[in-house]
Amino acid sequence: MTQKTLLKLAWQSILKNKMRTVLTMLGIVIGVGSVIVMVAVGHGAQTQIEKQISSLGTNLILVLPGASQQGGVSQGAGTFNRLTVEDAQKLKLEGTTLAGVSPVIFARQVVIGPAGNWRTTINGVSADYFAIRDWPTTSGDPFTEADVRSARKIALIGATVANNLFPGVDPTGAQIQIGRVPFVVTGVLAPKGQNASGNDQDDIIVMPYTTAQSRLSGNIRIGQIMLSTFSPGDIPAATTEITSIMHAAHKLGDNPDDFTVRNQTEIATAATATTSVMTGLLAAIASVSLLVGGIGIMNIMLVSVTERTREIGIRMAIGARGSDVLTQFLVESVVMSILGGVIGLVAGVGGSMLLGRLTGWATSVPTYALFIAVGFSAGVGVFFGFYPARKAAALNPIQALRYE
Amino acid sequence: MTAASVVDDGSRPVIDVKGVTKVYEMGETKVYALRGVDLQVHPGDLIAIMGSSGSGKSTLMNILGCLDVPTGGRYVLDGVQVDGLDRNKLADLRNQKLGFVFQGFNLLARTSAVENVELPLLYDRAHRWKNTKELAAAALARVGLGDRLDHHPSELSGGQQQRVAIARALVTQPTLLLADEPTGNLDSHMTVEVMSLFQELNDQGITVLIVTHEPDVAKYAKRIVEVRDGHIIRDHPVEDRRCAAEDLKILLETEPDELPPLAAATMEVA
Repeated sequence: MTQKTLLKLAWQSILKNKMRTVLTMLGIVIGVGSVIVMVAVGHGAQTQIEKQISSLGTNLILVLPGASQQGGVSQGAGTFNRLTVEDAQKLKLEGTTLAGVSPVIFARQVVIGPAGNWRTTINGVSADYFAIRDWPTTSGDPFTEADVRSARKIALIGATVANNLFPGVDPTGAQIQIGRVPFVVTGVLAPKGQNASGNDQDDIIVMPYTTAQSRLSGNIRIGQIMLSTFSPGDIPAATTEITSIMHAAHKLGDNPDDFTVRNQTEIATAATATTSVMTGLLAAIASVSLLVGGIGIMNIMLVSVTERTREIGIRMAIGARGSDVLTQFLVESVVMSILGGVIGLVAGVGGSMLLGRLTGWATSVPTYALFIAVGFSAGVGVFFGFYPARKAAALNPIQALRYE
Repeated sequence: MTAASVVDDGSRPVIDVKGVTKVYEMGETKVYALRGVDLQVHPGDLIAIMGSSGSGKSTLMNILGCLDVPTGGRYVLDGVQVDGLDRNKLADLRNQKLGFVFQGFNLLARTSAVENVELPLLYDRAHRWKNTKELAAAALARVGLGDRLDHHPSELSGGQQQRVAIARALVTQPTLLLADEPTGNLDSHMTVEVMSLFQELNDQGITVLIVTHEPDVAKYAKRIVEVRDGHIIRDHPVEDRRCAAEDLKILLETEPDELPPLAAATMEVA
């Protein structure tokens, strides 16, 4: 029999029992559909996290004080354990792979505006900061190198701060008071939303680090140095370069590093690893229903073989080999399961879009899931169709012909 | 053993059976269905195998039809030794050398006449047949159903269904046409009709073997072989052989008003 004939035969037989075929395929449809929805939810979460991480800035590298932990023991004990503005300047001067360098001073202060008080995070940074974090303004302009040099009392405020201190008004040009010091708001930063750990990135005030050092009270230290490379490919080279510059700047000699260089790839890898475990888990649970669907196919194929014993006998009498009968039934179950798989695929894509709309979760169906879904359903057809098909092929033609 | 009605021109026999036995083992007891059968069928013969139920004629039919293998003895079909062949070889032999006609017609329901007839051609492993649809249509025309190609079995009378089955048996140009009680489900009119077709095909040179228990059917054959208790007890030519075409003519003249009902005695299988 040619492949075309076999497919036609399977198709005819599937059409003969429409209701039964639909019910059998439903198992596969639900199986494939739920796998796709689950993968879409997981994959959506993953892309969301990747997006949030990239919202921190492109090609971002952080230098943090204190040594990396090795074997749970801090290696930096007793050594010089601070980052300085000089470190940042040195990096800016000597780094060949670095696009931008900015020290970051962290402080928390109460800010007084026309609409009330607001406690927020203050970041004292250099003019490179906005490029490093890829952070534009919605109103006003970022400050410049000259503003940093002259330590002007100016500040850019995040969207959350703007909403709380200046509801419904453009704050650019207005005055606010941080601690006891008056500042001029020179712009509002574009909203970035929550970061990967759920903190509001827009609850912030950014000012020149020089101003922060001279005007803010309290423990003013450089919390970290933020750097960016020209391209993501530069990150490994930049990491090495930063390490050697910092090592020299801190005159560490043979001592271990008293700082840690971290880049986005590490953070992203950790976060996506978590979500891919979650995606895998969800898909595994959903594939149980695919298994149940496969058993449904086996069940119906067994019934079909019994029902069509006479037909099998006729085919064998006129010269069909066992292998011909086996192929016929196998093609039938595979056609049925692939058909179910394709319908399930459409249902799954539609379902995940609907779920995304109803719950607000980010869902996205990765392309590989489509191929896996169809491939898997074909596999289910072969696996669960084989036993009934072999049963049909092993029939004795004489008994099959006599079967009532 | 003589085959008096056949001109023995020295050609090799279509069927050459020597000392064939068939024993079924039912637990401890052994049932002897065939106890040493010798039979030769030559090309162009029209032979009727007769016997009551339990005589062993069905077992003989199954062995001759390559559906079963003998326990002992030798069976050569058209020069091919059948005993000792495996399932696949038997299937190929059935496809290439045999044409089956059954009592219950055994057509595939919900499959058109022409597709039923085409089926054996599609199972040919050597892919000898091109234009299978045309060949099937030609076979149907040969049995007088050239205008019923796309009818389904349920739309045909019993006699017509049996003619479709005969067309299916003929389409591969087999060396032997095997008919197992071909008229068992037909009324007397259609019986004569079908027998007239067998005689016509035999006149065209096709070897036909009919298994039956009806003497009325056997009298259209050239030779009758009687089986009882697993033995061939008689093997003789038919002396007053009847011509089914003439009987049909007489039948139509005596009862001109009673034309064969179109959908009578329809049977749906598979």
